[in-house]
Amino acid sequence: MPGKQTNGEIRIGFYVCHCGHNIGQTVDVKAVAAYAEKLPHVVVAREYKYMCSDPGQELIGEDVRASKLNRIIVASCSPLLHEHTFRTAVEKAGLNPFFFQMVNIRENVSWVHTDTAAATQKANDLVRAAVHRVAHHVPLEKKHVAIDPAVLVVGGGIAGIHAALTLANAGKKVTLVEREATIGGHMAKFDKTFPTLDCAACILTPKMSQVKNHPNITLWTYSEVASVEGFVGNYTVRVRRKPRYINEELCVGCMECIEKCVYKEGKTSDEFNVGLSKRKPVYIPFPQATPQVVLIDPEVCIEFKSGKCKKTCVEACDRDAIDFKQKETVEEIRVGTIILATGFKTFDARRVPVYGYGKYPNVYTSLEVERLVNASGPTGGELILRDGRRPKTVGIIHCVGSRDKNTNRWCSRTCCMYSLKLAHLLKEHTDAEVYNFYIDIRAAGKTYEEFYDKLLEENIHFIRGRVAEVTDWAVRPSEEGRLVIRAEDTMIGIVRRVPVDMVVLAVGMEPQTDAGDVRRLFNISCSTEGFFLERHPKLAPVDTFTDGIFIAGACQGPKDIPDSVAQAGAAAAQALALIDRGEIELEPNTAYVEAELCSGCKTCLGLCPYHAITRNEELKKAEINEALCKGCGTCVAGCPSGAIHQHLFEDDMIFSELSGLLEPQPADCC
Amino acid sequence: MSLPTPPAVQSDDGASIESMKQVVRRIKFESELDLEFGERVAAKAYGQKLLSCIQCGTCSATCPLSHYMDYTPRKIIAMTREGFREEVLNSLTIWLCSSCYACQVQCPRQIHITDVMYALKREAISLGFYPRRLPIPVLAREFFKRVLKDGRNTESWLLISLYLRTNPFRMLKEAMLGLRLFVRGRLTVGRERVRRRDQLRAILTPGRPKNGGLVK
Amino acid sequence: MTYLYYPGCSLRSTGRAYEESLLTVFRALEIPLKELDDWNCCGATSYVSIDETDAFALAARNLALAEAQSSDGSVQLIAPCSACYLVLSKTERYLEDYPDVNAKINAALDRAGLRYHGKVDVRHPLDVLVNDFGLEKIAKRIKHPLTGLEVACYYGCQTVRPFATYDHPQYPETMDKIVKVLGAEPIDWPLKTRCCGGSLTGTIQEAGLRLNRALLKEAKGRDADLVATCCPLCQHNLECYQPRINRMYDEDIDIPVAYFTQLMGIALGCDERELGMHRLMKKPSLKHIMHPKGASANAW
Repeated sequence: MPGKQTNGEIRIGFYVCHCGHNIGQTVDVKAVAAYAEKLPHVVVAREYKYMCSDPGQELIGEDVRASKLNRIIVASCSPLLHEHTFRTAVEKAGLNPFFFQMVNIRENVSWVHTDTAAATQKANDLVRAAVHRVAHHVPLEKKHVAIDPAVLVVGGGIAGIHAALTLANAGKKVTLVEREATIGGHMAKFDKTFPTLDCAACILTPKMSQVKNHPNITLWTYSEVASVEGFVGNYTVRVRRKPRYINEELCVGCMECIEKCVYKEGKTSDEFNVGLSKRKPVYIPFPQATPQVVLIDPEVCIEFKSGKCKKTCVEACDRDAIDFKQKETVEEIRVGTIILATGFKTFDARRVPVYGYGKYPNVYTSLEVERLVNASGPTGGELILRDGRRPKTVGIIHCVGSRDKNTNRWCSRTCCMYSLKLAHLLKEHTDAEVYNFYIDIRAAGKTYEEFYDKLLEENIHFIRGRVAEVTDWAVRPSEEGRLVIRAEDTMIGIVRRVPVDMVVLAVGMEPQTDAGDVRRLFNISCSTEGFFLERHPKLAPVDTFTDGIFIAGACQGPKDIPDSVAQAGAAAAQALALIDRGEIELEPNTAYVEAELCSGCKTCLGLCPYHAITRNEELKKAEINEALCKGCGTCVAGCPSGAIHQHLFEDDMIFSELSGLLEPQPADCC
Repeated sequence: MSLPTPPAVQSDDGASIESMKQVVRRIKFESELDLEFGERVAAKAYGQKLLSCIQCGTCSATCPLSHYMDYTPRKIIAMTREGFREEVLNSLTIWLCSSCYACQVQCPRQIHITDVMYALKREAISLGFYPRRLPIPVLAREFFKRVLKDGRNTESWLLISLYLRTNPFRMLKEAMLGLRLFVRGRLTVGRERVRRRDQLRAILTPGRPKNGGLVK
Repeated sequence: MTYLYYPGCSLRSTGRAYEESLLTVFRALEIPLKELDDWNCCGATSYVSIDETDAFALAARNLALAEAQSSDGSVQLIAPCSACYLVLSKTERYLEDYPDVNAKINAALDRAGLRYHGKVDVRHPLDVLVNDFGLEKIAKRIKHPLTGLEVACYYGCQTVRPFATYDHPQYPETMDKIVKVLGAEPIDWPLKTRCCGGSLTGTIQEAGLRLNRALLKEAKGRDADLVATCCPLCQHNLECYQPRINRMYDEDIDIPVAYFTQLMGIALGCDERELGMHRLMKKPSLKHIMHPKGASANAW
């Protein structure tokens, strides 16, 4: 409840900063100080070169003690920069930090005006307004909220795995929720990784197994987050665990059930092999899946469809792990912080029909080729095309669904490097002529450029020209029966037709299909492209605008494995910083309801963008959760009864500021 | 007509260097460029984003006529942007473009390349930058004059005037085809005309002489 | 709702059969069609090479006339010739998207006492037949299915690019769907929209001939019995230069090129003369392929 200062007399200390030349050059700060001194309640008025410096801050302390000041105003830069600094200084001087008001005469005055006389006048007006306002300031207490040390990591790709391990190794309890039946994400599908050409599975599976065995990690695969409630440090999350129809505790992954299934061969498109092979209704995503547990697809399993299966799988299982009656369960957990590492999806090459994907059988996406060259892939690592041929010439087309206003505007960052890698692997496997059609070669990472050099030495053809089409129209006899890529070789300066047996499309990276739904579930923002939005692109790449929720990996934007791992570590560190501090301080500029005036009309509930307002059904009054409230003021303005107020922005403060600003001045002419 | 090779460049002191056994000197000095040329062209083709071009080459790759052009469409965009006015307006490219829009539809920066080609055609025609008997600008002018006069085009008369002005001997070459079309009623003798030709004359730039004299 | 019909200069000359077959087919299908009175040339590709403002103004007069001659809220103007379709669509679109262009052009129209308010929708006959009228209704009226006929559907470039929204700009299917419903088999070929060169066959002939040679050779190579077109200049180019192409490039191409509306007319049982079949250079080939059920051989 706001109230007037009990001891009556307001004693204001006013400081105006030169900020070197930044303010001093345009605003006559001496004149401003002189002007302020004459304003009501101003006891001390000083100008100083750099108020934010230590001596500057100490000035405040000295004056508070010497002149018994009880309000402080600093006219300097933007509050975003130094409001916290000065509030701390005021607190150190013995006053409540919220008896402080800042006036921005840099970004709002000296940096945007050139007329010094007008700028000084404007500064004076702003100072006058602040003097009127600060008289109404009341003491406020900062709130503290405890942080639950448990963490939720959503997404079990390389970023999620690394974040979970980092936190678990720091002694924190982590729940890792993954939508697919295994962790590993996209990386598990790759053959080799650039630029070292490490086998992806070989470097990934040890980490996957660490996750499985770590005492601090609870791994929930084939599960999805259903709802998130609460606020930083105090989240309640409900996780829906889909039924595998296999008892996870009993299954050891021997895969006898798959062997003995009544289906002699698979008839369903195998998602792990990107549709290049088929699987049975009972299956395991890949042999090193973690957890090493099979699952049953109820859409195609005969027992589910008709109820009349011989159930040879049950017979084959000597652990009795199959349970057709298994149901979906919902688990509820409490965590203090959440890390989202939900990854990406590849661009659908069917959106660019000129490249023939889906029309010509031997046009592949890069992800499909990863499976083709992989020894545990659908062809055992042999380069056998869909029509049975082995390619003698391969064309790799860069920038499919990237750098294009007609599809996705951005550069997907990884495709140049993975195209180079695939060129190398294809050459190794087949000794075919390999052509890379590119616009630019983006090889910016560590030893990436050297990798490109190596490829040039392997006599891979690099043609700089964006491909216009892949066609089966043959002009010369040598083109008959093959796919022809037409591009302008812009370097040599001539149009070329290159007949190939296999076309590889370097598809770009996009947000997941349901990224929009997921981000709403967690109450974070996304950018126009649909990737999760970081708090600051340079200085806060893993924080979001929602306290306690962090993002890592490709869900924040296209990036490769080293960058995803780095971000995962960063997100874990940010989470640890919160957890180890144990509590978080909240800015007390929150809204509150004056219950006597509240009519229970519920107007404010829908207005709050942070879902901070609930209705107490017993009292039939609105209640605001201070931890969720961000002080945006929407409900304050929207309440038809005027029942909601906001700390630091009370009516009397705002109106006095306005009247101070608009007070007619002797120098004013019409 | 056969397709030409790009011309040898003159040095800037005005003398032309004859090729000595295939040695040709080619260099471009900034003083020879018309830096406003690109902006002028872009302003004509609806403020088109020539500046956004990343020179990817998709336009040349998809253009069905690019392999007949002295400068491919990509090069024309680069040259226009940089101010190579002479080369661009003297190129065969702008006349060979049949405005099929294949480039415009695929350009990853959504540049209206075909509109730029039209703007270059207009620039060339208005400045008289074309050989007097090049059929395409002549056809455009004849078409223009005919429509200004009658409001509609009669193909037979258009073709005759085209051949007369470019290569009368072609009339003989095409006579057989012309006859075959004529007997099938596909070439008419009578002229198609609009009734309200006065409306047209009011709409089209007033003060333009009846024979379609060209002004910019 | 009556469709307004804009013939364009070509349909009164080299493309006469297109107009004849279009009007006959629309009559047979009982789709109300009325010619735009006192229409003027759209300017095609030539006008915009001389003066852009005049080019838009010229085309806009037709749009203004269409508005004045129709009482429909949204005026449907059918332009069968690809160039006319493109120019009129472009004018309609640019007048809508660019207010400064709109102001300039309407000022020009004003000098003739005309005005364009943006109510015209420029349509292609393929679009109208498939999306407005409907394939099932066409199917019901087929009298002589063109069984066994393999047709290369050639759309040309300006029918589908860049303003047409009713079909894909590189892989369209509307004509193929019509051909299928007529009982014939549309071949799958990659050059459906590759430019025929337009007026290049009349100006830089070698370039034009080579483009047409590629199209004809591929259609023949994929066993097409004939090429179906929807543009008078495409039809002219593909049909009339075959002997010359054969001579210059040592080819052996002899394939009939007809308008898709002519094929429709035959399947619907319309009169051959009314469809302008006699105007084609290659009529005899067409006779051998068509075996209409229940009609005597002499009907053709």
